[in-house]
Amino acid sequence: MSANPSPPSHEPSRANQAALLSELVAHLRERRDELREEWVRRITESNLLTNMSPEEIRAETTSIYDNYVEVLETGSVEALQSYARNLSERIIPRGVETPEVVNIVLLLRDVLARSLLRKYRDDVAKFEEVLDAYEPAANRIANTVATSFVEERERTIRQQQEAIRELSTPVLQVRERLLILPIIGVIDTQRARQLTEQLLRSIRDNRARVVVIDITGVPSVDSKVANHLAQTVEASRLMGATVVVTGLSAEVAQTLVMVGVDLGKINAVGDLQSGIEEAERLLGYRVVRVRDPRSSRKALEDSWEDT
Amino acid sequence: MRTPILKQGDFLIASLQPALSDEDLEWLRDTLAQQVGRFRSRGVIVDVTLLEVLDSFAIRTLRAIAQTCELRGAETVIVGIQPEVAFSMVRLGLTLPDIATALDVEEGLALLQRRLRRRRQRGG
Repeated sequence: MSANPSPPSHEPSRANQAALLSELVAHLRERRDELREEWVRRITESNLLTNMSPEEIRAETTSIYDNYVEVLETGSVEALQSYARNLSERIIPRGVETPEVVNIVLLLRDVLARSLLRKYRDDVAKFEEVLDAYEPAANRIANTVATSFVEERERTIRQQQEAIRELSTPVLQVRERLLILPIIGVIDTQRARQLTEQLLRSIRDNRARVVVIDITGVPSVDSKVANHLAQTVEASRLMGATVVVTGLSAEVAQTLVMVGVDLGKINAVGDLQSGIEEAERLLGYRVVRVRDPRSSRKALEDSWEDT
Repeated sequence: MRTPILKQGDFLIASLQPALSDEDLEWLRDTLAQQVGRFRSRGVIVDVTLLEVLDSFAIRTLRAIAQTCELRGAETVIVGIQPEVAFSMVRLGLTLPDIATALDVEEGLALLQRRLRRRRQRGG
């Protein structure tokens, strides 16, 4: 066979290949403990999985090994896929990186290949046939595990991005019918859109009549963001809520004038405190100090002594 | 489907139903204009809570309704614009700048009552 490098005659041997695979699987099952130990040794030697304890490595490698052999036997990667996702979910928080995972799977592939070499060393032709059956399956497994790991990672990242976005746009009710939307950080188009949507939903859900948007924490505003702000103000008005914008810094105010945003509709007030006071005025509240705070504390203490 | 128009004291309330055709909207515009005169109404509330979309024709007609009723002596408030609708109206640039809006029918009634009181104080 080595004399004939062009595709050898393993085309009609589908049944033969299946037979070889099951022979191979039987061999790997029989040598399970020994091969797994060797694999773990190679993992430790290569300084992989340093974040995990020997017991954990033992448990995980055992189930990966069994899954691996099962895929070789059945040819179906679905079970492995879900196992790999599950595993990734557990090990990603432990700081396991993509190259590490790939290396570990490739190590197992090599360990098993060597064991096959030892088994078939006297029959090179047979060994090649076994490799023909083994290699595609092993590569598919490596591929599946790596892909699942990366997918799981990406899913985690997406989830975290979503969480950050959610957290970055709190809409707070400070009085009946009064909402505050403090914006902190850079606003891009997507975030601006999300802010608007969240604000509009909150206006409906809290039956808000006045909204104070505080942009003290926004470092810079360009014409896009300014237009978004104007749109948010307009959309809120359509829902019956008045918007008060506070915390426009000198730079931001200058930018707004420079880019020529229609400022007529934006009701701007200096700082958040004035904004809340303006909102209270719009809602018909008047905050008055009832009495001197010291005397009220004394009154409170007196009432405690009474009881 | 014809929009039900309810008389509530000095005001008329029209609750728009989903899947309204262009003819229905025109009918509403004409009918409201007549009824404002017949009932000597001082205010009109157009409730769009149930509408999940407003196309440009609908928005233009709402504006026409408001302007017609105002000319007949009734303040007009559009209430119940949903968040998604508000957002798409703004993006289309159809923001009804000269028309009063309120969150829902209750808020709309309160708004009309406030304005009516103010007008009567001034002897209007």
